[in-house]
Amino acid sequence: MSNVPAEFKYSKSHEWIKIEGDTAVIGITDHAQEELGDIVYVELPTVGRVLSVDDVFGTVESVKAVSELYSPLSGEVVEVNDSLIGSEATINDTPYETGWLIKVRLKDPSEMDTLLDDAGYKSEIGE
Amino acid sequence: MTVHEEQTLLQTPLFDAHRGSNAKFSPFAGWNMPIQYAGVLPEVKAVRQGVGLFDVSHMGRVRVRGRDAFAYLQHLTVNDVARLPQSGGASQYSLLCREAGGIIDDIIVYRLAANEFIVVVNASNREKDLGWMRSHAAAFSDLILEDETRETALIAVQGPKAIEMVDQLSDRDVTVMPRFGLDETVVAGIPTLAARTGYTGEDGVELFCRADAAADLWKVLTGAGGVPCGLGARDTLRLEAGLPLFGHEMDEHTHPYEARLGWVVRLQKEADFLGKNALKAINDSPKKKTLVGLAMEGRAIPREGYTIFTGNQGTDAIGYVTSGTFSPTLGKGVAMARIEAAYSERETPVDVLVRDTRHSAKVARLPFYKNV
Repeated sequence: MSNVPAEFKYSKSHEWIKIEGDTAVIGITDHAQEELGDIVYVELPTVGRVLSVDDVFGTVESVKAVSELYSPLSGEVVEVNDSLIGSEATINDTPYETGWLIKVRLKDPSEMDTLLDDAGYKSEIGE
Repeated sequence: MTVHEEQTLLQTPLFDAHRGSNAKFSPFAGWNMPIQYAGVLPEVKAVRQGVGLFDVSHMGRVRVRGRDAFAYLQHLTVNDVARLPQSGGASQYSLLCREAGGIIDDIIVYRLAANEFIVVVNASNREKDLGWMRSHAAAFSDLILEDETRETALIAVQGPKAIEMVDQLSDRDVTVMPRFGLDETVVAGIPTLAARTGYTGEDGVELFCRADAAADLWKVLTGAGGVPCGLGARDTLRLEAGLPLFGHEMDEHTHPYEARLGWVVRLQKEADFLGKNALKAINDSPKKKTLVGLAMEGRAIPREGYTIFTGNQGTDAIGYVTSGTFSPTLGKGVAMARIEAAYSERETPVDVLVRDTRHSAKVARLPFYKNV
């Protein structure tokens, strides 16, 4: 059973979303990191990039697998978690905390309604 | 749907043992195989520093015996079986090639006696190889081919401490067995055939045993400190060791000379063998493509199929990655790649296209890592 905190929103492509004012913090779920295995490389967008829903905004790679990251919301990237570069295992260890990936300034807060809550995501991953 | 698929997959005799160890499974060549246990990183480390165990029972095992067995294998394979002593106890890496030179499979030929052999083939090619082997058996009257894959198991014990560990469990002195040697050895009361072979770049043995003894043998080996490792770690280790994998570095459209396997082809052997004429002609003509190692300069990871360009943002595509991974042992991305021979000199700068960005790499010595 993976950890699915109740206070976050989720996408079907296994990103989590936490709202902080007008900004969304985005990472990958505990289930996603578990499925990937030991993460050894991450590619993230540059600050200022404007994302639409379902845009590929980066890549996480384990030794054996490549997994693309999809933006669950539209908006501008305002911060990127550079501390992950060279310490990618942080995503495995604390995916909902220091393993966050990017912060996006929301363009349309109503898009939040399209996301899954914890129960919806749990059912999505069969838990 | 998934459940149905899993039911049709083959299982090795160790399936329940893997399930008991919380292995993650994935279909591989028609078998439901453990891909990882604790994780690829700790498993690679176990093999590089201690002892790792691999269930490779999915690989095909074909016993070849009869008065014509030797002559038959000389005809069938490109290496020279005469280099294996008649008394048995040795093995060699070899290839099955089509008449036109394309590689059907890479194999190991184990010689048990003057006219008794076991040929180990890739799981993905077992049916194809058996068909090929049977179709060329007719000309040999005293020859028996037996597919023993389901009646037996094969466990690879690999790592710098593997020989010492197996030696303490065996009735024979395993430490004196030469590389590619072979001996009947009783391990903790279980009869095995021990071969000093492997696919990890480390020393170790591969133990053949009866299917019904496999679970006991696995238990003994894990109890002695062997760490269960999955196919994920195995693929990473073999790539670090520069060892080719069928379907990646080679296939039926590839001949041995563009797969770094020219050394296996014994054109000078007396016997006429399948593919000999074509391979001789290929060897006599200038080499166009070759297989090289690539080491990334930065942190990007090269993956199978990625395009390779001439270095420093050059415009010419010169080849593609055949296998690529993050190397846990070296801490960077490495690959094997088939490129135009003109760029194959060591240290030649090339670019690897990773998604939409060029990343610098250099042609590197193979193997990337070897400890045997």
